[in-house]
Amino acid sequence: MTSKNKWLSTPYVLWSVMFIIIPLGMIFYYGLTDRTGAFTLQNITAIATAEHAKALWLSLLLSIISTVICFLLAYPLALILSNMKVNQHSFIILIFILPMWMNFLLRTLAWQTLLEKSGVINSVLNFLHLPNINIINTPYAIILGMVYNFLPFMVLPLYNVLSKIDKNVLNASRDLGANSVHTFFRIILPLSIPGIISGITMVFVPALTTFVISTLLGGSKILLIGNVIEQEFTQASNWHLGSGLSIVLMIFIILNMIASAIFDKEGEGSML
Amino acid sequence: MKNIAKHIYTALIFLFLYAPIATLMVLSFNASKTRAKWGGFTFNWYSRLFQNEEILEALANTLLIAVISAFVATVIGTIACVAMTGMKKRSRTILMGITNIPMLNAEIVTGISLMLLFISMGLRFGLGTILLSHITFNIPYVILSVMPRMKQLNPSTYEAALDLGASHVTAFFKVVFPDLLPGILSGFLMAFTMSLDDFIITHFTKGAGVDTLSTKIYTEVKKGIKPEMYALSTLIFVTVLILLLLVNMAPTKNKTPNYGG
Amino acid sequence: MEKELIQLVDISKSFDSQMVLDELNLNIHENEFVTLLGPSGCGKTTTLRILGGFANPDTGKVIFDGTDITRIPPNKRQLNTVFQKYALFTHMTIAENIAFGLKIKKKSKTYIDDKIRYALKLVNLEGYENRMPNSLSGGQQQRIAIARAIVNEPKVLLLDEPLGALDLKLRQEMQYELIRMKNELGITFVYVTHDQEEALTMSDTIVVMNQGYIQQIGSPESIYNEPENAFVADFIGDSNIIPATMIEDKLVNILGTRFACVDTGFGCNKPVDVVIRPEDVNLVEPQQGKLQGVVTHLIFKGVHYEMEVMAAGFEWLVHSTTLFPVGKEVGICVDPFNIQIMNKPESEDEEAVAIDI
Repeated sequence: MTSKNKWLSTPYVLWSVMFIIIPLGMIFYYGLTDRTGAFTLQNITAIATAEHAKALWLSLLLSIISTVICFLLAYPLALILSNMKVNQHSFIILIFILPMWMNFLLRTLAWQTLLEKSGVINSVLNFLHLPNINIINTPYAIILGMVYNFLPFMVLPLYNVLSKIDKNVLNASRDLGANSVHTFFRIILPLSIPGIISGITMVFVPALTTFVISTLLGGSKILLIGNVIEQEFTQASNWHLGSGLSIVLMIFIILNMIASAIFDKEGEGSML
Repeated sequence: MKNIAKHIYTALIFLFLYAPIATLMVLSFNASKTRAKWGGFTFNWYSRLFQNEEILEALANTLLIAVISAFVATVIGTIACVAMTGMKKRSRTILMGITNIPMLNAEIVTGISLMLLFISMGLRFGLGTILLSHITFNIPYVILSVMPRMKQLNPSTYEAALDLGASHVTAFFKVVFPDLLPGILSGFLMAFTMSLDDFIITHFTKGAGVDTLSTKIYTEVKKGIKPEMYALSTLIFVTVLILLLLVNMAPTKNKTPNYGG
Repeated sequence: MEKELIQLVDISKSFDSQMVLDELNLNIHENEFVTLLGPSGCGKTTTLRILGGFANPDTGKVIFDGTDITRIPPNKRQLNTVFQKYALFTHMTIAENIAFGLKIKKKSKTYIDDKIRYALKLVNLEGYENRMPNSLSGGQQQRIAIARAIVNEPKVLLLDEPLGALDLKLRQEMQYELIRMKNELGITFVYVTHDQEEALTMSDTIVVMNQGYIQQIGSPESIYNEPENAFVADFIGDSNIIPATMIEDKLVNILGTRFACVDTGFGCNKPVDVVIRPEDVNLVEPQQGKLQGVVTHLIFKGVHYEMEVMAAGFEWLVHSTTLFPVGKEVGICVDPFNIQIMNKPESEDEEAVAIDI
């Protein structure tokens, strides 16, 4: 409240230095040294080796596709929800957070059951005389898993910005002669940019770095960059290489953060 | 016509979000041990669940970590919010920037960075390290829930309390705290949920022999998930659902519609 | 009066079975400044939204310049609106905001630039082309909202409580600005407000509304001096509303004393309400007054003293430049032409509202 209470910030400042700043420093330390502690860039340049580059490329590809699909699915939904007459802002947030109360790994695994040859989805498709889908253990299943897991993170920021747009601003646009298409492209879409950027960040980063979804739905053959890093830490115990690759990953994350800082100065695109 | 399309679209998205949950619930009643085929209806897994000590221990760990980490994060986060309002704009911006790091950074990076920290500190990996990690990624959720409330706060009410003779501490707890409470509660709930659902960070910061539900499920993936796990998840989900419905159905303050002039 | 431009015919509108407008009829003329005045919930904003095309009436017709526009969407109407809280496009510069409607109509660049310059000059904000709306003060944003609307050369400008968010001094300034702009543009203004002073200052015609009904339509002078019912009298300015009996034409019994008045046509021995404005109550020596009373309250208001006088069981509100101290016995006189006779309210509803406002 007043500057007298400055010391109040001490616990959090100490905590964030200890558990956020220093750990990140450790990644840079490990990433830029070898086992003897000498400085090296090898752990970074290792991304260029065929195996790692392939994993990064596949990760980028799948995460970008998933982000685009999430956006295309979420925008209309967020528009519909924001136009609903219910003033129950918290209720809408709740129905997207509720699934998190069922374990994330189990929910993702459930898609195996749904996608199986004789699973529920194919039974429905059979009934409708449509061709069966067989995507389990393919990159398509991974995309599905990403979209499924991260869709709420796209919907919520979009819903948040869209529901904050003053209805009179839209009325003003109509009043000045704009039809619905004009109003959408010139008013609604530009005003929702903070939400779009925030949604993209919230989906792209976890999709790019996941190792769980690929493990659960992609079988053992598909390696994403997340899988490579995870294995360096848990199996190969090469923390230096794992840290180096993480630094590479962080470059993409930082680019993403910069974008959101530029387009969402006010933090309007927050989830809550 | 347009409205029907909207309803169908919304329904399809919710079907997509909730289909796996329905699947898991169905599986929890499946007499067949493999999830591939339906072997008839049974309550068997529910009774077996309460004899499965490994799962019960993982559940106890999960809940313990979620409650403690959410509570500690709520305390630290709320105090940080109060402190930040009194800070200069620049230091506040920096601190908020740091707050955003665990939210925007990849979980895997947060996980391994904490793992490297704990190793270099020589900590024994176990419940303690998991707890420290969960508090760390929970604080930002609390801050992001409390901060907007803090900004809406009318500083005069706090000053009025002081003017009427309250001490700083009394003024905070009697005047500021009640206004912040909804934000604090939703922050606590978010933190609790995030902790409960976390796998990645726990995966890197847990020790051998200590499991939460998430890590237990992950190790079971290859051997096949025990159906008791489906039963447990169903129980948790249904409990939460009922609680939320009760809260939502509780009489709300008068919400008379307000038509402009 | 110039020719009729807009006719609202038998307009009814309800939200969730709550009647907001009930068979409303209203004619608006060319080049008229019409103010819809009433407390919140009286239906004034709904009327404006129906004019603008943002709400559809359940029944009734909106006639504009001879054609029925009831079902025409807002983007095809020759009216423009200045919204409550401005509704500027925050992601666009001032120039882009003003140009919005003209670009939609595919006007040439030079035409648009000329219009922007003209509009900014009209609202006294020259040189603000490249500013963003959020960097402007409330009053400035309000002017931009007006500029954005008038560049489209509407025949009618609809203004929804445009000054509601401004502070008192700015509001008074803007009132004069709006009158000036209207005279310069020579178009019709339909203005919604709950502020009776604003309405009296600016309007050619005031439409007093309450609970979905029009209570009175008239010039500011007639609304103020000859309110037709207790609601109008009470809503517009301070007044003494006293139950009375009309004995015959031009003679009324107020609190047991006969007063001469000028109204006719209310019948004989009929219960009525009389309105006497506080500045029309003359305080004199007790024996010279028609009623005798005692001053109970006294406040200095700058221009005049405000007093309350207890006389014949009624507390009279009196404005006078002469001081009568508390406790002084006074006499009350009222000139016949200052006694305004009103019919008793027809429904209990109206009465109830009149009392609690």
